[in-house]
Amino acid sequence: MRWGVVTFPGSNDDLGTLHVLREVLGHEATPLWHKSDDLGGVDCVVLPGGFSYGDYLRCGAIARFSKVMSAVAEFAAQGGMVLGICNGFQVLCEAGLLPGALVRNRSLSFVCREVNLRVESVANPFVNMALVGDVWRIPVKHGEGCYVAEETTLDQMERDGQILLRYCRADGSRARDAADGGDYNCNGSLRDVAGVMNAARNVFGMMPHPEHGADASLRDVNWPNAGVPDGLRIFQSIAGWVTDRGQRSAVDSMR
Amino acid sequence: MIARVFITPKKGVLDPQGRAISSSLHALGFDEVEDLLMGKYLEIRLAPSGHGDPAARVRAMCERLLANGVIEDFRFEISEEASGHDA
Repeated sequence: MRWGVVTFPGSNDDLGTLHVLREVLGHEATPLWHKSDDLGGVDCVVLPGGFSYGDYLRCGAIARFSKVMSAVAEFAAQGGMVLGICNGFQVLCEAGLLPGALVRNRSLSFVCREVNLRVESVANPFVNMALVGDVWRIPVKHGEGCYVAEETTLDQMERDGQILLRYCRADGSRARDAADGGDYNCNGSLRDVAGVMNAARNVFGMMPHPEHGADASLRDVNWPNAGVPDGLRIFQSIAGWVTDRGQRSAVDSMR
Repeated sequence: MIARVFITPKKGVLDPQGRAISSSLHALGFDEVEDLLMGKYLEIRLAPSGHGDPAARVRAMCERLLANGVIEDFRFEISEEASGHDA
């Protein structure tokens, strides 16, 4: 499994992501520079968090026209796996590789805390080391993470299982209506959306930072979930999927 | 030639900044404020060029980069006069 992690001017979670991929997972991970259009034959490209191009104009709006993004778009069109985290999610939406957009948090405040995420779907490459309904705890840190999309788009994504993670309460529940209280939704995202996948099922974006909730040695002592840190499961899910896919095609070629 | 571009949140898209500003105005006693949209204003100086219709070019700029059609609307004006900065 080989990963590539893009660095745009203003990315700041590229090194943290490389740390998790190399030191925690023990995988090969290559930094990819925004001016390069060579992805180096990696299996999955990660667009990390940060403030690419100073968030000028709109978050991710300038980064999507960088040289590396043409290569990423082509890679995705050929079925390559792409993971966008926080600013990376914003870049993917701006690039049209994911539906919807991310706007200013409804509270107008920057949020920096751990959130609860309900696993909504597991038959996909990005969130599969879990059961539907599991509650993960992963940190967020963003000012513009409120996910919006047309109602018809949201309906279609729900129907097709493209919403993989939603903000929820610690017990996995969500508000039944506006009066039921929605404080668990840290940014006001429509339908509590925290992470979405494209229709072709090879591009995924999420506002929470799995790389910040992946290294057990940095884990909060009060972390409620024992075992594998929840953020790590995202990377393990992708790696497992890519490896299985490789084995399947190797078996197919022997037939 | 100057193009003045106005970008506003699309109807129905959350505009928490606009809402916060309008409640501040209410707090200051400006009760007549019914609704307020917070957007962006861009002033673009255009060189006379062989790129064809300037309006079509500015529209393309808005569609490709300046506005995000998922969340924003845009409109623009093109005039011959100098920009406000030169005055």
